[in-house]
Amino acid sequence: MNRADIGLVGLAASSILIAVAVAISMWRRLGLERELVWAALRALVQLLIVGFALQLVVDDDDPLIFSGIWLVAMHLFAAYTTWRRAKDVPSVFALSLLAYSASALVTLGVLFGFRVYDLEGRTIVPLAGIVVGNSLSATVLVSRRLFDAARERREEIEGRLALGLSAADAFQPVLRESLRTALIPQIESTKAVGIIALPGAMVGLILAGTDPADAVRVQISVMYLVLGSVATTTAVMSLGISRKLFTSADQLIRRD
Amino acid sequence: MTGLYGSGVSSPIAFELTDVVAGPPDAPILKGISLSIPVDGILAIAGPSGSGKSTLLRLLNRLDDPVSGTITWEGRDLTEWDPRELRRRVAMVFQKAPIFPGTVMDNFVVAAPDIDLPRAHHVLDHVGMPRELLERRADRLSGGEAQRMSIARALLTDPSVLLADEPTAALDGAARRTVEDLGMEVAASGVPIVWITHDTAQLRRMANHAVVLVDGEIAAFGHLDELDVHGNPRVRELVGAGGSSGARPASTPTSVDESSEGSP
Repeated sequence: MNRADIGLVGLAASSILIAVAVAISMWRRLGLERELVWAALRALVQLLIVGFALQLVVDDDDPLIFSGIWLVAMHLFAAYTTWRRAKDVPSVFALSLLAYSASALVTLGVLFGFRVYDLEGRTIVPLAGIVVGNSLSATVLVSRRLFDAARERREEIEGRLALGLSAADAFQPVLRESLRTALIPQIESTKAVGIIALPGAMVGLILAGTDPADAVRVQISVMYLVLGSVATTTAVMSLGISRKLFTSADQLIRRD
Repeated sequence: MTGLYGSGVSSPIAFELTDVVAGPPDAPILKGISLSIPVDGILAIAGPSGSGKSTLLRLLNRLDDPVSGTITWEGRDLTEWDPRELRRRVAMVFQKAPIFPGTVMDNFVVAAPDIDLPRAHHVLDHVGMPRELLERRADRLSGGEAQRMSIARALLTDPSVLLADEPTAALDGAARRTVEDLGMEVAASGVPIVWITHDTAQLRRMANHAVVLVDGEIAAFGHLDELDVHGNPRVRELVGAGGSSGARPASTPTSVDESSEGSP
């Protein structure tokens, strides 16, 4: 069997590991059997569909417009997911769509602008996927935190407003903390990479037969991409949200 | 309205409210009040909790806007003022002093970015805090110290009037009195105060005039001598008429200039 080719038998064999997890769940009465099987099945079906769909964009003769459509759909879905996880945050769908798009523009602009990767479906779609996929949880986190902080730290914020500070200045310390909280985990995991965790992209490349030295170079560019995209997305998102929290007369809007 | 001095004596009218409705639009807290608030010395706002005292105060520096009605300050509609300028001229202190991160000095810098050491010392002296507290972390201050710091911070914006939303309600007895005394000194030094309190003893120690709010409406407004004999027993109770604390000082150094009152 080729290293890059896991056959049906191989897939079936790896599903033994799900059976192990299910067995543990039954043995310790965790009640997670259905959840485990459902998650495993969903991952299988989703990835099969994605794999099939990727066929349409990654071949050299596929028109770039397919990649464009893919990007738009992916961003819409990411914004939808963000909205589902942070429904009470005002305008979260539009804001996160803007944040993901801005981030994709900046990060992919650098990677393609400096010809780190060739501009083709094979590179655009996966890289944009990394941008959105890694920014999503940080975006949800920063949205929730900002929104909650506006309520929990109302006294402090209004204390600054009452001293004649603008809404932006009054909110700045809260914004700063929320952005730091969103970025620090990313920085930590970037520091730990290679020591504690072998990143998925690199593992995938190596399993698929790529020379580890090449895999490492790809991985490094991917990690920098993740850091850059998380920073851009959360920055755009938090600036957008902080504008929604105040009126044009520098008043903190009550939401209780 | 002729103002709270009654009997036609003119007085500086700072805030003018007309048909002001405020609070959640579906359940307003202030139900259409009209009022001329002369700002001079200390004006108390009394009333049970939920009567709309804080709601009223927050309108005066535009931390909130009314649902309907108009408010003017110095003859100009509040919406015409730059909110930041308005808030520096109509300063506010809260029941629980908001503490910003860092030292007392850091807190002062928020209000006055160009503050220098002499000015910081001066304002500390003014509010009766030892100068060495300047480098103390603000979250290590006692409740009374924090409230005095917040008053100092507010004074750093050189306000024309100070709004005080029950600034002693969260303090214990001794700290309460020092903040009270500070309020009276500030008013005496030329910065009039609109002071919310539901402590009738404090009201009588500090003010000669009061607005009494009940259920979002003005139940009474005037000199304590008038309110003490008000027809509504609820008003008499809310200003502490005839209470044990009725020994209001004949003259405080602070409150409304007695000479402008006419004789009772």
